[in-house]
Amino acid sequence: MDKNPEESTDSISCLIQELSSLPGIGPKSAQRLTYYLLRAPEGQVRSLADALLSLRQKTKLCTICFNISDTDRCPICCNSKRDARVICIVEQPQDILALEHVGAYHGLYHVLHGAISPTEGVGTEDIRIKELLSRLKNNQIDEVIIGTNPTMEGETTAMYLNKVISPLGIKVTRLARGLPFGTELEYADDLTLTRAMEGRQEF
Amino acid sequence: MTKPRSYQTEAFIIRKTKLGEADRILTLYTPHLGKIQGFAKGVRRPKSKLSGHLELLTHSQVTLARGKNIDTIIGSQTINGFLPLKSDLGLASYALYIIELVNQFTAEHVEDKSLFDLLIETMNWLCLDGNRDLLLRYFELHLLSKVGYRPQLEHCVLCQISLKSSTGYFCPSAGGILCPVCSRSRSSSYPVSINGLEVLRLLQKDILNAPGNLNINDSLSVELERIMKRYIKFLLEKDIKSAAWLEVLKLQSRKSRLSLL
Repeated sequence: MDKNPEESTDSISCLIQELSSLPGIGPKSAQRLTYYLLRAPEGQVRSLADALLSLRQKTKLCTICFNISDTDRCPICCNSKRDARVICIVEQPQDILALEHVGAYHGLYHVLHGAISPTEGVGTEDIRIKELLSRLKNNQIDEVIIGTNPTMEGETTAMYLNKVISPLGIKVTRLARGLPFGTELEYADDLTLTRAMEGRQEF
Repeated sequence: MTKPRSYQTEAFIIRKTKLGEADRILTLYTPHLGKIQGFAKGVRRPKSKLSGHLELLTHSQVTLARGKNIDTIIGSQTINGFLPLKSDLGLASYALYIIELVNQFTAEHVEDKSLFDLLIETMNWLCLDGNRDLLLRYFELHLLSKVGYRPQLEHCVLCQISLKSSTGYFCPSAGGILCPVCSRSRSSSYPVSINGLEVLRLLQKDILNAPGNLNINDSLSVELERIMKRYIKFLLEKDIKSAAWLEVLKLQSRKSRLSLL
């Protein structure tokens, strides 16, 4: 049987197609990446392929906080130096990275993997609220910090969490909402200014 | 004459979808352009000047620049942020239900100033005290009238007999109520009490200055909700997603009320 002369280009177009299905990568970028990988040293391509495979094979969700981790319990939940009586609730694992980068928080986390969005049909069952409540009931927790985004969905989630957590006798706090560093007051919206004024602090 | 490059409009933000790393596509309801979409660049970054003025349930003055496929939002200033709606779980849920209804029942670029006014008026009423469920029914009835689905509540749709003082049978596929005789030929119709019909007629006639001030008992409220829900589901051929969320909240508050007793 004759060898299909287009077979070699097939594997190229296949990779182009796969890459362009990724967010933020269009057909042209996909093409550029593909031809770059074609000429790159084999070791580099192999390590990229290994990294991609192990991303799905080795990572799992932490059984306690649902952060993404290589082990059953993530390094933060395992760390005995952290304050286990405080839990910060965030929408997605990337939020933990942002908070950890600051290094000002030493408690534990809980990742909801989403926010309540009534108009998009995301309810309490679709995010990890049930797991959070059982965690709060089974452990001695003094404070819960709600760190959801200051968007309509994040606010709805925060108000709902406050409603279900405060009857448990746990202190519920919300990350301060006010003016971000480096912005100008004149561009701030009403809600932000109201919150900034309410939450002002003595020098 | 070519159209100017940018234009300004009042807008109420009724939907938003994430796009790319930090962008959003917003659906705006405007008084003179109807429902339009706008591309909001970089609004998910914390330093975005526009983000606070382009959140859901915000009435803003928006400037858009014309684009090939979609117009880009280049400026925005809040007219009314409806802050009470954003700081109360129940109110926020009612308001989200209303904007989902508007989004589902309107087509893009169909101008309806009166619907825009109804939307803003309803949001203002929602911020005040009163019966919010009744306000939703009021909004639903008037929204349906404006988009061409006004239910017939005065007389039987089929035989035209007046149903002033008797029970009717609501039939979604007929678009209104039927008399007991005609209802036998339509299996999808269901009975509506005299009081229920009367309240619906009152709300439809718009003789109330503030629909939330009317007082009705819980069972009547549930009946009206059921009628409108079925009718809306029939028209859209799907459920309104936020209705399920309202249901969850109601169920929880009923449970907590029972546990207090």
